[in-house]
Amino acid sequence: MEQVLQEFRERIAAAHAARTPLRLRGGGSKDWYGQAVTGEVLDTRAYRGIIDYEPSELVVTARCGTPLDELEQVLAEQNQMLAFEPPHFGPGATVGGMVASGLSGPRRQGAGALRDFVLGADLVDGRGELLHFGGKVMKNVAGYDVSRLLAGSLGTLGLLANVSLKVLPRPVRETTLAFEVGQQEALDKLNAWSGRALPISSSAWLDGRLALRLSGAGAAVDAAARELGGAHGGEIMADADRFWHDLREQRADFFFGAHHAGLWRLALPSTTPPLDLPGSQLIEWGGGQRWLLGTSGANSEAARIRKTAIEHGGHATLFRGGDKGHGVFSPLQPALARIHRRLKDTFDPAGIFNPARMYNEF
Amino acid sequence: MKMSPDPETLLARRRQVVQALRPVLPDRCLLAEPEDTRPYECDGLSAYRQLPMVVALPETEQQVIDVLAVCRALQVPIVPRGAGTGLSGGAMPIADGLVLSTAKLNRIVKVDLASRTAVVQPGVRNLAISEAAAPFGLYYAPDPSSQIACSIGGNVAENSGGVHCLKYGLTVHNVLRVRVVTIDGDVVELGSEAPDAPGLDLLAVFIGSEGMLGVVTEVTVKLVPKPAAARVIMASFDDVVTGGNAVASVIAAGIIPAGLEMMDRTSSRMVEPFVKAGYDTEAAAILLCEADGTELEVAEEIERMAEVLQAAGASAITVSQNEAERLRFWSGRKNAFPAAGRISPDYYCMDGTIPRKQLAHVLTSIEKMETVYGLRCANVFHAGDGNMHPLILFDANQPGEFERAEAFGAAILALCVEVGGTITGEHGVGIEKINSMCVQFSSAELEAFHAVKRAFDPQRLLNPDKAIPTLNRCAEFGKMHVSGGVTPFAHLPRF
Repeated sequence: MEQVLQEFRERIAAAHAARTPLRLRGGGSKDWYGQAVTGEVLDTRAYRGIIDYEPSELVVTARCGTPLDELEQVLAEQNQMLAFEPPHFGPGATVGGMVASGLSGPRRQGAGALRDFVLGADLVDGRGELLHFGGKVMKNVAGYDVSRLLAGSLGTLGLLANVSLKVLPRPVRETTLAFEVGQQEALDKLNAWSGRALPISSSAWLDGRLALRLSGAGAAVDAAARELGGAHGGEIMADADRFWHDLREQRADFFFGAHHAGLWRLALPSTTPPLDLPGSQLIEWGGGQRWLLGTSGANSEAARIRKTAIEHGGHATLFRGGDKGHGVFSPLQPALARIHRRLKDTFDPAGIFNPARMYNEF
Repeated sequence: MKMSPDPETLLARRRQVVQALRPVLPDRCLLAEPEDTRPYECDGLSAYRQLPMVVALPETEQQVIDVLAVCRALQVPIVPRGAGTGLSGGAMPIADGLVLSTAKLNRIVKVDLASRTAVVQPGVRNLAISEAAAPFGLYYAPDPSSQIACSIGGNVAENSGGVHCLKYGLTVHNVLRVRVVTIDGDVVELGSEAPDAPGLDLLAVFIGSEGMLGVVTEVTVKLVPKPAAARVIMASFDDVVTGGNAVASVIAAGIIPAGLEMMDRTSSRMVEPFVKAGYDTEAAAILLCEADGTELEVAEEIERMAEVLQAAGASAITVSQNEAERLRFWSGRKNAFPAAGRISPDYYCMDGTIPRKQLAHVLTSIEKMETVYGLRCANVFHAGDGNMHPLILFDANQPGEFERAEAFGAAILALCVEVGGTITGEHGVGIEKINSMCVQFSSAELEAFHAVKRAFDPQRLLNPDKAIPTLNRCAEFGKMHVSGGVTPFAHLPRF
């Protein structure tokens, strides 16, 4: 494996010298996410395997090419999990791709985002240098938190060679309740419940139906299910695991909507009221993540969606499909864009890594 | 090493800077006379002192912008300062620099139940946030031991933790957004009240950046529901190996306690006369293991924890029966530092993190070091996440003891790195551990850190001499390992 990493480093150093772009790619499960990328593919899958796993330390360290399936299987055998429930979006999803795309699934609501669980990362930078940031422990403030910066960086700052992640025990008990409620009432309930000590791990509202997953200690889940089931009319959902899995993987029917017009992801403060936008919406994360199907796919629609998100203190991403010609991610404030530019120049001086995957400027 | 400016030059410079600041700050916000600036000469690491040239205490964001503009124009280095409770000298002033205190930026702007957030200025005390949120049944979870005094801005600078961070996370897990003034004069928002923000995660880089990347003028924090109940188990162990293994057993059993702390015999003997908590002072190690949640949850979890601790070889187990007793059990751990102050003229509080499984090995090694350095060391531990706080006891009036204490400390940090940990878990690097950074990081990594700073602060004016050592410093202080007959940094001149 060290030989494989050494080859990657040499390849990167050569690309740096020749200033030729490289497309960092694991299983290609997120090829469609972000802006289009050019460049020779550097396939990471040969560099794989779990380097270290200590269940009693709550930490696992894996190489970037490790299949995500494999990692999750190993954790499940010890009754542990990646608490942020990452989407795979394809059979060959790798650990590196998971961290680089920075996407969290339904459980992010209760447990936190992927980046909250990054403890350390080894990065091959644009010169082919191997840099170690963070470590294998949660309490670590030596130096800037570069390893967390790499989460969601879409491979634009370098090749994430190895990553250490905090893991958590699987919940002792889980149950999902379903409620018939309109959007406003759903948002009101979700926000009110989040202010109480209820063991809510995830939620999803669509078309008058709210699904709420309760996870945690037996006593807590049972008590919450009784209270919310009784007073609020929630019914226990059968086959809930499949429901949440399909939601995580965007295989739920909603997501097969108009792809020519695009699937938008809006990140908003959870208390944002129902949006004044046409198109179907699926609301997750207690109101914080809202999926919107575009209706026309026109640039004017994109502008309106972005404006609405910003007005409410959030941002909008053209997540899948639609016309990416006008940008995928919300534009950055100029001062922030400057900082981004300088960070890019630091880690990738020749601009070889996934150029323009995130923004045209880098 | 920077040479101290001569008094004449300093006086002239001070006059120049004060004159430039007068138009932008009210008189009450500007200190220049030594008798007024002396209280700012150190933070919680009082062994490291430097009288600042000028102290600015802005009351508004605009004043912060203006102060930074003056410093940028005149190239005055700036040391931001919260409450000055830091333990790594991160707020130690620069002789010809300005201390920018956030003490007057102390407004709680908004506490919002519906969104479970609070918007506060950086000078607001950590505990004050929880106090303001209490009427809503909410609180701000990260609870460093200094929370009665420390500021949220300081917490952001250090990515502070506390006893409950094992379950509730660090500052980085509980802050949604910071509003920052950069040295270039831009006001930027990192993060958001939404679950994320576009682009790179600059909020994550900024938290823990020790005042080196920008000055915080506002913070939005996440508030969480206050648990209905909490109970703590006090368990005694006959030796540290058993105690250390018990910690691992709790985690391996799938339990994430609200708090999991350990104290060694030296610590419990040190605190018991002070707090009279009923600690077993014969025990080699005492564990405090807390469960919080609803009454039912707590009952269930306490039973599970007690079973695990029993099976792991606890010689005695006591469960708190009421809130007063719970607080009493905790009082020893929380008063470890003042208790140290009672039995020793001075103490040096260390902060390092190690993998939990190395706990017994590290504690035994520290015991051996006590003999080598001729000083006692009491150990308190955030056992749940491996973050140790060895307290090296010494008397600065005894010749050589301060130096031996420092050497003892550096040896402990080197050991932390050796066993796969880190030199600082929550107190930050500051000035105190800057040399140890040379042990933990390669020159390429240190260079990457300098480049990250340049991305935010191209002029190197914000807390310039802290946390990240220059390569020349590493060479100069000889804090390096010689391996295979090759000296690292061999190409750098030594002086």
